[in-house]
Amino acid sequence: MIAESLASSGITPAVIGGYLEFLASHSTQITQLIVEHLVITLLTIGIALPMGVLLGTFISLYEWAATPILWFAGIMQTIPSIALFGLLIPFLGIGSPPVIISLVLYSQLPIVRNTHIGLTQVDEAAIEAGRGLGMGRLSRLRRVQIPLALPVVMAGVRNAVVIIVGIAAIGAFIGAGGLGDYLFQGIRERNVDMIVVTTVILSALALALDYGFGLSERLLRARNGEEIQSTRLTRIFQQVIA
Amino acid sequence: MTAIRFEDVTKVYSDGTVAIENVSYEVEEGTTTVLVGPSGCGKTTTMKLVNRLEDPSGGTVYYEGSDVEELDRIDLRRDIGYVIQEIGLFGHMTVGENIATVPELKGWDESRIDERIDELLELMDMPPEDYCDQYPRELSGGQRQRVGIARALASEPDVMLMDEPFGALDPITRENLQDEFLELQQQIDTTILFVTHSIDEALKMGDKIAIYDVGQVVQYDTPQEILENPANEFVEDFVGADRGLKRLQVTQVQTIMSEPGAEADTGTAIAADGNGKMDVTLSPADSAQVALSRMIQHDVEKLPVVADSAVVGTVTKDTIHNIARRGD
Repeated sequence: MIAESLASSGITPAVIGGYLEFLASHSTQITQLIVEHLVITLLTIGIALPMGVLLGTFISLYEWAATPILWFAGIMQTIPSIALFGLLIPFLGIGSPPVIISLVLYSQLPIVRNTHIGLTQVDEAAIEAGRGLGMGRLSRLRRVQIPLALPVVMAGVRNAVVIIVGIAAIGAFIGAGGLGDYLFQGIRERNVDMIVVTTVILSALALALDYGFGLSERLLRARNGEEIQSTRLTRIFQQVIA
Repeated sequence: MTAIRFEDVTKVYSDGTVAIENVSYEVEEGTTTVLVGPSGCGKTTTMKLVNRLEDPSGGTVYYEGSDVEELDRIDLRRDIGYVIQEIGLFGHMTVGENIATVPELKGWDESRIDERIDELLELMDMPPEDYCDQYPRELSGGQRQRVGIARALASEPDVMLMDEPFGALDPITRENLQDEFLELQQQIDTTILFVTHSIDEALKMGDKIAIYDVGQVVQYDTPQEILENPANEFVEDFVGADRGLKRLQVTQVQTIMSEPGAEADTGTAIAADGNGKMDVTLSPADSAQVALSRMIQHDVEKLPVVADSAVVGTVTKDTIHNIARRGD
């Protein structure tokens, strides 16, 4: 039955064998593309995270700036990536610079928004008690707000990472490299094996990064004394940290 | 010595609300002063003027002789303990870390902080080895407020501000904490400003009581004086119709007992119950209310007051009745 339905949808053992064969014969190039893709993603996070956290902190201290900045970050997400690349090429040329800048802009909304929520959600009574006990604005931020905000920020980073991995693939269109290269080549050459294998790898990459940041989110929550659903991996990490 | 002095203090909020108007009184060092009144009467505002969570619109607040507006507000707040109804423990910190807040801000060294945490938890009857590493959400409401008080006491403040500290607790826990706190206060000898809307709590906790009515202090006196000579109708109403009975609560038997021997037959105070003879006695700090209820329970007319196993006086039912009637 299963074999029949697979066959009717075009997926036969022969097809899967074809994918594996492609994977085996192109493993060196694929590894290199994965590395390129990861470099773009991590460079983006390296810029986007401090920038988003700073902006988020700024708008939680100066609430009047929150609406315009979140609005701007929201608008950025509606611009099609190809259009944004096109707009940046006159200033930055082709290759990875315009792609990384675009990705940083796309990832600001989840990071800024979550930082803002994380810093402002803190229990009013704890803030009031903190003030009354002689904590200045900065020590309240450092001792109370930031520790409570970190897991929420991490959830935003998770969101951002999934967006970045996907959009970075389109960056290959303007020469940034990464797994997008094989997608475009596959489309040009009508090489279905190439497209399918690359897509699966892209999804796996996004899921793996999402899981990694999810793990750090849970560990940050555990550090704040929250009860977390501990998987085996978190327990191992907790033991390592302790 | 005067710890806190309000001199003609007025506070008007930016929206034009007058919170308090021309409030003047002094708080003696080492005493508990209770600020009591209906909600919105300005009692909490008065308290917040002391640690500069608010600044006065007119008049001056003095803390240990200096105008608070000339003191650094952060330093001032670190020197004054602060407890609020919502407690406001930091949920992401352990009990120990919560208590360490002010000492850490003040830069105490670690061993001194650890010692202080243990000392305070012992004082709060929460063994450090069990509670130090717990998180606030693992504690009961009463335990949380104990930690709130311990946190406020951590750097040995001379003055404590307590804004309805027991207001959110169930009646039994509240009563226990009140009793514990009265005992605690004898040991720590801190000046306390205590806000409540409950006259019963005020009468129980206060050495002095400031009764507020819409932004003004209508009477500032000892609990006894307030019960005996209410300044006006508002105070009379606020204290309630049962003020004769309340007076029994605030009167200690040592203030009304007669000298031993003045009554010829102190021996008759030994009450007889079904099982033969049983010693029923009072201690000097018991209230007249306790004395009366024991007299009714054991059906006697008088009881001896005993301190360090020696009879120091006698209280009669008549004396107690007279106190309850006085002023009515």
